[in-house]
Amino acid sequence: MWSAFANPHKFLKFSAVAAPLFYGAGALCILWGLWQGLWIVPKDEYQGGDIMRVMFIHVPAAWLAMASYSALAVASFVWFIWRHELADIAAKAIAPLGAVWTALCLATGAIWGKPTWGTWWQWDDARMMSVLFLLFLFLGYMALRASMDSRQKAARAGAILAMVGAINVPLIKFSVDLFTSLHQPASVITADGPKMAAVYLTPLLISGLGHGLLFGGLVMTHMRTEIRQRRIARLTAQALEG
Amino acid sequence: MNAAPIWAAFRQAFAEAWAGGAGALLPLGFLGGAAVLVPLGIGTESSILRAVGPGIIWVALALSSLVTLERIFQADAEDGTLDLWLQTGAPMAAIAAAKTLAHWLAAGLPLALASPLLALMFQAQASLDLIAHLGLYALGSLAFFFWGGVGAALSATVRRGGLLISIIALPLYVPTAIFGALAMTGGIGSDGAPMLLAASTLFACAVAPYAMAAALRLAAD
Repeated sequence: MWSAFANPHKFLKFSAVAAPLFYGAGALCILWGLWQGLWIVPKDEYQGGDIMRVMFIHVPAAWLAMASYSALAVASFVWFIWRHELADIAAKAIAPLGAVWTALCLATGAIWGKPTWGTWWQWDDARMMSVLFLLFLFLGYMALRASMDSRQKAARAGAILAMVGAINVPLIKFSVDLFTSLHQPASVITADGPKMAAVYLTPLLISGLGHGLLFGGLVMTHMRTEIRQRRIARLTAQALEG
Repeated sequence: MNAAPIWAAFRQAFAEAWAGGAGALLPLGFLGGAAVLVPLGIGTESSILRAVGPGIIWVALALSSLVTLERIFQADAEDGTLDLWLQTGAPMAAIAAAKTLAHWLAAGLPLALASPLLALMFQAQASLDLIAHLGLYALGSLAFFFWGGVGAALSATVRRGGLLISIIALPLYVPTAIFGALAMTGGIGSDGAPMLLAASTLFACAVAPYAMAAALRLAAD
């Protein structure tokens, strides 16, 4: 059943419909979340007043940063084991987008941190450091792929690195967790259900969904481009031979 | 299992590391040079130097592993040695581990052995702690070399691969650097830090050889 997704033709058909849907739904969710976040929800003085409204970008960006590295690792694993070309195409598309959302998370975090905690950056804050190293993992992955001289080699080297990175993520996370953190403990997903007031939680979740859809749509567009580029390369090679 | 190729790989790597000019003195000179620049750069205040000293030594160890590892697999990939290793039938992971271990013995361990002297240069109190720290430096630098080896294997066929190794290996060095620093400064959460440092090093020794082997098979294609 899963291997049906590995067929580029089916993927092109599916994504021709799905990508625009993802963009539309994602834009609606993000815009609604921003409207709610910027104008409707009451400001929280404890979280720094109006600046806390950056949460509706910062938190989805953090979710996306983690989710995209997981997706990169899963795609790499699938490619390494089953050699489905589509998995490699997905991994190649995910990396730069994941890096962008990770950088967005760091930037909005710094903007939120300065007025609230009085610092742009705190070296012993566990989550800041984890996200920073996530960014380095993405950049290293992209640099390695870019330096390989063939597509096949780039795919193999990238997959090895993504998997080594993925098994190190828990260790990196644990080691930086030994440092103290300025961040509040988890407040959306906890054993007792969300601790956040619904007036904040709903726009946040919708905004997160919107970022996820936008990310999915962009990945599909990148993948479509890559599939067509490979097809052009193949056709050019055939034309040159014949 | 035929162990002869593994032993041969170890001797080859060890001989290379020693033979290339000044042998172990070269990385030692690198570490010493980097360390001596620090008081010139940040000022000679004793209390400051005492505070940053352990961190500077960790950074110098990490840098020296990156510098010396650049050629560890690249030369083998270029002159065909790598293809021969793959044909011996010995597990590639063991050969890669042997080569990395040899490099650590030639370039990592001497630096760790010199660490008490450097610590004294950074105004540390002379005590038995410095010997304990020597052990921590040796343990941590072993993890640096194994993760750096993964970067070296992945970039074995890349020109100017040294720059690539550093960006690949940097995030993997994080746990070692944090546990190492915690074990020495004795801050909050540092009780189990030496054990955690040992655990993360063992993790590197267990995982990295297989990643190196996969990367080297790629380099040989």
